[in-house]
Parts: sequence; C-alpha cells; structure tokens
Amino acid sequence: MSPLSTLTPRTLKKPSPARSRLRGGARYAPTLATVGLFLAMFAVGAGMYPSFLSGQVFLNLFIDNTFLIVLAVGMTFVILTGGIDLSVGAVVALSMMVSATLLQQGWNAGAVIVLVLLIGGGLGLLMGLIIQYFDIQPFIVTLAGMFLARGLCYVISLDSIPVTEGFFTGMAQAQIPLSGDLFVSPGVLLALGIVAIAFFVLHHTRFGRTVYAIGGNEHSAMLMGLPVKSTKILVYALSGLCSAVAGILFSFYSLSGYSLAAQGMELDAIAAVVIGGTLLTGGTGYVLGSVVGVLVLGIVQTFIAYDGTLSSWWTKIVIGGLLLVFILLQRLFARKAG
Amino acid sequence: MKSLLKHRLAWPVIALAALLLLNQIFRPDFLGLRMQDGHLYGSLIDIMRNGAPTILIALGMTLVIATRGIDLSVGAVVAIAGAASCAYIAASPDPGSPVTAATAVLIAVVAGLALGVWNGFLVSTIGVQPIIATLVLMTAGRGVAQLITGGQIISVSNDHYKSIGAGYLFTLPISILITAAVFALAAVLTRRTALGTLIEAVGINPVASRLAGLRARNIIWIVYIFSAVCAAIAGLMISSNVTAADANNAGLYIEMDAILAVVIGGTSLAGGRYTLVGTVVGAFIIQTLTTTVYTLGIPPEVTLVFKALVVITVCLLQAPKARNLLNRLKAAPKPAAKEAAKEKVAI
Amino acid sequence: MNEIVPVVEMTDIAIGFPGVKALDGVDFRLFQGEVHSLMGENGAGKSTLIKALTGVYTIDSGAITVLGEPQRFSTPGESQAAGISTVYQEVNLCPNLTVEENVLLGREPRRRGSIDWKDVRSRTREVLAELQLDHIDPGSLLSTHSIAVQQLIAIARSVEINAKVLILDEPTSSLDADEVNQLFRVIRDLRDRGVAILFVSHFLEQVYEISDRMTVLRNGKLVGEYLTRDLSRMSLISKMIGKDMEALAELDQAPARTRAGSGAGATPFIEAQGLGRKGSVSNVDLAIYPGEVVGLAGLLGAGRTEIARLFFGADKADEGSIKVKGASQKIRSPRAAIDKRIGFCSEDRKEEGLIGDLTVRDNLVLAMQASKGWARRIPRRVQDELVAEYIEALDIRPANPDALIRNLSGGNQQKVLLARWLVTHPELLILDEPTRGIDIGAKTQIQKLVNKLAADGMSILFISSELEEVLRVSDRVAVIKDRAMVAEINNDGVSVEDVMTVIAGGAQ
Repeated sequence: MSPLSTLTPRTLKKPSPARSRLRGGARYAPTLATVGLFLAMFAVGAGMYPSFLSGQVFLNLFIDNTFLIVLAVGMTFVILTGGIDLSVGAVVALSMMVSATLLQQGWNAGAVIVLVLLIGGGLGLLMGLIIQYFDIQPFIVTLAGMFLARGLCYVISLDSIPVTEGFFTGMAQAQIPLSGDLFVSPGVLLALGIVAIAFFVLHHTRFGRTVYAIGGNEHSAMLMGLPVKSTKILVYALSGLCSAVAGILFSFYSLSGYSLAAQGMELDAIAAVVIGGTLLTGGTGYVLGSVVGVLVLGIVQTFIAYDGTLSSWWTKIVIGGLLLVFILLQRLFARKAG
Repeated sequence: MKSLLKHRLAWPVIALAALLLLNQIFRPDFLGLRMQDGHLYGSLIDIMRNGAPTILIALGMTLVIATRGIDLSVGAVVAIAGAASCAYIAASPDPGSPVTAATAVLIAVVAGLALGVWNGFLVSTIGVQPIIATLVLMTAGRGVAQLITGGQIISVSNDHYKSIGAGYLFTLPISILITAAVFALAAVLTRRTALGTLIEAVGINPVASRLAGLRARNIIWIVYIFSAVCAAIAGLMISSNVTAADANNAGLYIEMDAILAVVIGGTSLAGGRYTLVGTVVGAFIIQTLTTTVYTLGIPPEVTLVFKALVVITVCLLQAPKARNLLNRLKAAPKPAAKEAAKEKVAI
Repeated sequence: MNEIVPVVEMTDIAIGFPGVKALDGVDFRLFQGEVHSLMGENGAGKSTLIKALTGVYTIDSGAITVLGEPQRFSTPGESQAAGISTVYQEVNLCPNLTVEENVLLGREPRRRGSIDWKDVRSRTREVLAELQLDHIDPGSLLSTHSIAVQQLIAIARSVEINAKVLILDEPTSSLDADEVNQLFRVIRDLRDRGVAILFVSHFLEQVYEISDRMTVLRNGKLVGEYLTRDLSRMSLISKMIGKDMEALAELDQAPARTRAGSGAGATPFIEAQGLGRKGSVSNVDLAIYPGEVVGLAGLLGAGRTEIARLFFGADKADEGSIKVKGASQKIRSPRAAIDKRIGFCSEDRKEEGLIGDLTVRDNLVLAMQASKGWARRIPRRVQDELVAEYIEALDIRPANPDALIRNLSGGNQQKVLLARWLVTHPELLILDEPTRGIDIGAKTQIQKLVNKLAADGMSILFISSELEEVLRVSDRVAVIKDRAMVAEINNDGVSVEDVMTVIAGGAQ
C-alpha cells in the first residue's frame, strides 16, 4: 500500500477524525493546486487557440522539457532534505561540452555517456562530502561547484561544438509512435523512467524515507539512528548524476555542446520543484509534483509561443510570479501548522 | 609582527599584495601610473575601474550577510536599473541633455530603492528565508529588464550619462570616485550612527538582541534597501560604460563575485562582525585575479575555475570544523602533518 | 532484586568538556521491570549521563554494560541496536511523516527490496493496540497530534523496537494532568512487562508517583541510590541541593527585611493576575511594589524562568492579565516591556544575553541604544561616561571598555549585562540566576547591588536556585512548584527549611 492511499483514511472512532483527515489531505494541497493550475492553463489555452487542444501539444511539453524533468527529479531529492543545488545548470553544460568534444574526437557514444555520468555523479559526491564533513552551507558549496563546472566548459571550448555522431543524431530524430499520429521522443521515455525510479526510491525504500525524515527534522533522524550523513551526501551525488543525464538528454535535443548553454537552468529546476509543491525547508513534497511543475513551466512557454504578441521574457516574469505565490502559500501553511 | 598577522585583514591584504607582485614580475610596468591628457592611466587604475561595480555591490552584500542574510537578486537589479535609465533616455525628446541624464539616474536609483523594499518586505515582514526571498527577484528580474528594453539592446548617446562609467574628474575615472563616495557613505552611515553595531548585534546573536529590545525588522529592511540601491548604481555604471542596456548579460554572475568578495574579505557567511575595508580588498583580489590570468597568458575563461577554488579554500578555512581539524593536525606529530597536505590536494 | 544482574550497569563514568567535568566517577544501575528516576538540579549531570547511555556523547572513562555485554557507544544507532530507546521532551520524531512511518522509520519491513506498507500498517496497529492506543490513526500525520500523543507514539516506536531499556527525558513537561495519567498508565504497563525504565522529571510529585528507585546526582558526582519509599521529599531535596538537614536547621538566617512601599494602600509597580501560558506555567498571581525585592523560589525547571519571561514579554501570555502602575497592559514583546521600564537579565548569559563578538562598551549601551533607535547614536562622550561610571561602580574587570565581552570572566560578563539594564533606569528589574557560575566575590557584590537598587526605589524580581540567596535579598518569596505558584511567604525570619517544606509540600 503506498502512502498516497492514506489520502482517505478509514473512518475512526476516537478524537476528531475529521480534523485528522482534513490535515492529512492538506499535505497534497500544494501539489493538487499545481495540478489544478496546469489543467486551468490548458483549458484556457484550448479556449483561445483551437489547435492547443491536441494530444501532441501535450506530448510536446514532455519532449521539449525532458532534461528539465530529470533535473527537477534530482533537485527534488536535494530540496526534500532541506538543501539546495545551484550547480545543476553548469553541470548540464559541462556534460554537453564533454560529450560533444569526445564524440568529435571519435569516442564511442556508450563510453562517452558512461564517462559523463561518472563526472556528474563525482562532482555531486564531492560537493556532498564538503557540505557534510565541513558543515558549509549547501548554497555556497554548490555555487563553487557551478563556477567550477562552468569554468571547465570554457576551458574545453568557447565555441559551440556540433554533434554529428550516429547514436546521438539517431536519438535526436527518433520518434516513438503512440496511437494515431501522436509520438514521443526516446528521451521522454528515459525521463519518465527516471521519474518512476525516483518515485519508487522515495516512497518504497528506506533511503527515500530517510530523505523525508532529514527534511522533517534532521536532529530527530539522527537520534532515531538513521544514516543521516551518508544519505545527505548521496542526495547531492544523485543530483549531480541527474544533471549529467539531463546534459545528455539536452545534447540529444540540441545536437551540440556550448559553454553558455543551460544558463539559469538551476533556477528553472528550483522553480519547478517549488511550484510542484515541495517545501523549500524540506520534508514535504512529491517527485510527481515536480514533474507537474515542469509541465506548468512548459505550458507557460507554449502559451507565449502560441500568442505571438507576448515576448519570451514573460516566461521569466510569470515563473518568478508563480514562484512567489507558491513561496507565500508555503509560509501560510507553515504558519498554520506552527 | 605576529599581532599584525593576527589582524583580520592581514591575509586578504597579503594575498592582494602577492597577486600584484606576481603581475609586476611578469610585466615590469604593471604598477606604473602615467598621466595622459590630464587623466591617470595604468593597470592599477584599470583594476579599480573595472572592479567598481563589484565593489559597490559587495558593500551592500556585506551588510546583508552581516545580518545572516544573502541577496541573490543584485544581478537582476543591475539589469533593471540599466534598462530603466537607458529606456528613459532613448525615449526622451532630448536624449542628449544633462537633465535627461540626471532624471535617468534618479529613475534607476528609485527603481533600486523599490526593489530593496520588496526584498526587505519578504525577508523581514513575511519571514521568508533570505536566499529564497531574493531568488524570486533573481528569477523574475531579468524578465522585467527585458520587458523594459523590449528584448533589444538599447543604445543611448548622452555624454553626461556616459561619463558615469567612462568619464574622468580630477584625473580619476568617475566610477572610482562614485565607488569611493558610496564606501564613505556606508562607513559614515554605519559608524556615525548606531546602525553598524546593531547590524552586528542582530547577526551575532538574534535572540539576545531581541531581549535587549532591538527591532531587527527595521535593520533588516535597511540593509536590503542599501544592497539594492548599490546594485542600481552599479547598473548605471555598467550600462553607462558601454552606453547601452543589455538586459540579458548586464550584471550576470555579479552576485557570485560580490559574495566571493565579502567572503574573501573576511566577513563570515554566518553573519555578525563585518568589515567593509575587507570587502573592498576582497573585490580587488578578484579583479586582480582576473587581470593576472590575462597577464600570465592563461585563457581568461579559466578565471571561473580559479574563483571556484578560491571560494572553496576560503570557506574551508573559515569553517569551524576544518579549523579544528587543522589545529589538531598542528598539535599532532609530523607524520600527521603530511596527511594534512595530502588531504588538501584531494580537496 | 539483590542478586539479579542489572540490565544497564554504568561504572565510574567520566565525561569532560573543555573546562568542565560534566560527569566524574558516576555509577548507575538499572534493573528489569523498574521505573528508576534520575534526580538532580540542572547541571548536575543528568542529561550528560543519559546522552552517554544513548550514544550521543562518548564516555572518557568508565564502563557501560548492557544486558551483560560491555558496550562503548559512539552513535545513537549503536545504543538503539543494544536495546536502548529514548523519548525526549521535545519529541524527536519527524512531524512531516505519518504515525506508522515514525514508528518504523529505519526498520520498515521490506519485501523484495520494497517497503511493505501493508505490513507497516499492521505492525503499527498491533503495537498501538498493545499500548491501548488504538484510537490513533496510523496513517495520520504526526504533526496533527498533540505533544502528549506524539510522546506516546515515540514510546510505541520503542516498544516496536522491542527495547529492553526505555529512557524518558522530561516527558511530562508540557502535558496536562489527564495526559500525564495516560502516559503513566503506559509506563506502568511496560514496567510490568519487564522493561527497565529510566524516568527524568522536574516534577517531584510525579517522580514519587511513578518511580520505584532513584539515583541522585549533584555537580557531576553521584550522591547515592535510594528506594523511593525510603526517601522523604525533604531528604531528597537536601541531597539534590547539597545541604544536609542538620546544617540546614543551623543555617543562620539573614535578618528579616522590611521596607517601605509594600504597605497597604500603595500601588504595586506590576501586578499579575492569573497569568499563564499553555504548556508553560499557569495561574501566577504576583504583585511587586516599588522598592521591593520579590524572590522566586523553587527547584530548577519548576517554572521560575517561564514566569520571568511572561513578565518581560519574551513569551506571550495567553491567560490572565498584567497591570503596570495600576493600569491594564498587554506586554507582547521585550520591546514593549522595555518601554514600560522593565529590564530582564536572562539565566542563559551566553545565548540570551551576551553579544559575544562585540565589546564591553557596545554590550553595555545596547538596550539603551535599542530604545533610541539606530539613527540616534548615543554620542561617544556619553558612552564613555556611562561605561566608565559602571565599570567603576560594579568593579568590572578588566576595566577596558573595548575588550570583547566573550573574553571576560562569567562574573564580569554578568555585571556588564546588569549595567546594560541599569543605564536604562528600569523601574522593574528581573534577575534570573544573576549569580550562577560566578565567583564568590562577584556574587556578594551583586547581592549588595540588588539591596542598594531596591533601597533607591526599584522593584526587583529575583530568581535563584540557591534558597539562602533568595532569602538573603528578598522581602517576599513566591514559591513555585510544578509550573504553578503554590505559596507566597513574607520574609520575616523565614528559614531555608521552611521554604523547602513548602516546596516538598504534601510530604507530611
């Protein structure tokens, strides 16, 4: 039985079951609000532009944001423990640069992918170790990680490097047909596979529950004898790994490596996680909510593309506005609970 | 000598001196200054002029960090201030007049003021963690700047405006003079009033400060406003220097440089005691580092990697845990000291 | 239980922190099927001993044996693995998780690598039923339950772990009477099933109600181990505070003090009626007249500091009322209290008083400066005069206004904090443990100062865990016990023994 099924607890005899049920449901309120927001935006879009209401428009939200979904997954783990990872955008760019360069030199695609994953995971692990063992704030450590990764990009090359290797171009063009003339890219399946694994890990393994416990009360988690240290380190390693995967997916999508790519993508990832209902103080949130958060960001972009009169910068303003609304909502919830 | 080494500014100053010396060795004319057309020229002047925006923002950041806060939005404020002033000049009927330039400056400063009030409101009244509160403006701010510029790079031609970032007065670049004036203002504001002491009190021990009757809310508000106004002036400088507003790239990553300058200067990210002089030295170190990379013939792109290493090293040196470790190793017999060296390499 | 092997045996335990010996040569035994109370004032070493047993601290020397196995814990996990489980006052569970998750966190049953949530649910139901707590919904969030229920859930967790030893550290601090009864029912039930229970509480009556045996600590040393039924409340208290009965009876009393101002007809400076705060203290009726020193007597943790904080607005009262100079007032924050000319020296100098990295001068004028606001800086000349005046008047050493306050000795730090309030000329000064941890010379100076201030017309609320000291300086003594005010005594020749009898109350 998954914890999600506790949404409707069995009727109880003793003290105020109604209150308990209500508060239990309140856990899902931010995420449900996001789902509602998404549906409303889709409905409004459909009302305004007839072609909006098509399966492919919906699927394109996934196809265009595979990398962001994967990033948001890693970021969800980190934020659930009460941390933050500002390095993800730069690690995406580094992964793209490394793969583009090595592929150009004739490396085998498989070897490149393995190496990139090792680099991403390794960087994350290193940051996690420093955060845990030297007790330095995550934001400053991951900021340094961001400098390092971005700097290494520049060291590799300042120019955009095209990717012409067969496997990568194949992945870029591949379409997996669904019913009718609908299709998705292989990247979408990979991203959703990662989401499914993350969901399983968070809700059905002791590691996942420890992540939540740390975010709820790190001191308590330690006193309960949970492996707090290793979990916190691993969470940053996971985020680094996810960034590397996102970098590879972004390479499939853009077929190039460029040092300036993925600028500010860490902000998009954080925004998606927060809009998806995860508390920035940690302990509460769902990886599926983060996916919906990415879709909301995606639909904002689609809207602006459809409208034609609205300029691209409205995306940033709307995201900032949504971020604000959800942060204020979180404060409100926190105050009520306190 | 020993007590001099113990001064909190000792290490930043030594680091700066070493960097300057390194440059002097590679380029014997490095420290030289020369007079040309009544203007002072030289690498040192360049370092100061190029570093001026970072210094300004780092000054504001210092006070914010002293209250246990952080302001990630300064880069966005830089972009907004530049965009607002250039958009105003470009749209005004008399784009070359001094009145237009003055009004543009006023608009930028007021914009900074308003954004600072906003950040302060989120942090002090709503009680949002500083890093998250300023993240909102960091995200939305660039969009707002692009909205103002219409996504274009707005070029202006107003000599008065241009002089803010590129002009000279009394043989010195005006940007250096402005920065010096803001530094003096900050020093006077914090030391001639009780602001400095109260900022430190809130940062060192918020609980005790509250019990002594201190209203932290007002103080926190002031530091965020000051930080945003500093960022706005820096934005004016940057846009004036290139006589254009670039909403996308103006002030990009400048928050990182500012935080770096504060940390290198010896102010702890944990809040409390701060040093404005240290921050200025820290900003000079960063700017000199950039110059050094050029001087040594290393590709300038590598600067970021150096910065990353400097941040981590300084943070490690400041971290109590690392200090304890070092002290223990110092006390231990020699073989252990070797281990320490190994460990440093690993990091 | 003569020849039974103890479940836990700690011998000759020592733990030191820089500058302090927290525990020194302490022995402790805990047997199966008993409730054992660990008694002592704050700082006696109770929590250090518990942390040694739960693996939060590692012992410097000595031996710990659990169920006959020698143990040396360095993490809480190791202690738990050895069968020791702890429930803390502040409930160390995760509020963001459900009841069932909290009960089984870290030990969730798994099937093929995946947590078996069905089994989690049924095991939780089982253990809750065992403790007759089946009204608690295993799927509800922990944070939706009261502290009392959360504590019971924490106990359920230890039962599920099958703990042989259960440590309850101040479990009843924020519970009401019904909740305490429910907790005690569960404790007795566990005891009867053979669990060894270590109980720590500041509430004397509860200790006498629930425990079979007690161990008394004082200043990090063992005083002794006693059967509860053999130890009267009076002798327990004297063992805790370290004065034996004969010495107490002989103790020369300070001359009774009577001052003007407290007579009929005068208006008290401050008057509290039914003042209280949920989970803290209740029903405080106390008036303090100008020129009067009122002492708060009671064991540590009885609620003295809580009362002081309510008077100062550091915590908001949620019941009762306060009158200042006869007019009804709401004191919502320290700022508001200071505006009404009230000052407060906290018992926790380091965390709540000192701004450690600032100088003596800055610390001394802080409250005054805070009242003036940041823009109106007290001129340097005025600062110098004030600081010089108080350094001399209070004999603060070193007499250097620019020394960092964290480098001063405890006594001198305390004097600076006193001076911080004196410069604001308060009409009521609340002193919480102003002489704790400072040398005898400074202590006498502070007591004399209190006398002088009152003679000059200031109202003073004086809190100390040393009864002699309270009696020496106070005109009246309010006795606090178990989070409520139980008596008010005029100090006309009252002896320490008299006050202790009131505290022990019900001892017969």
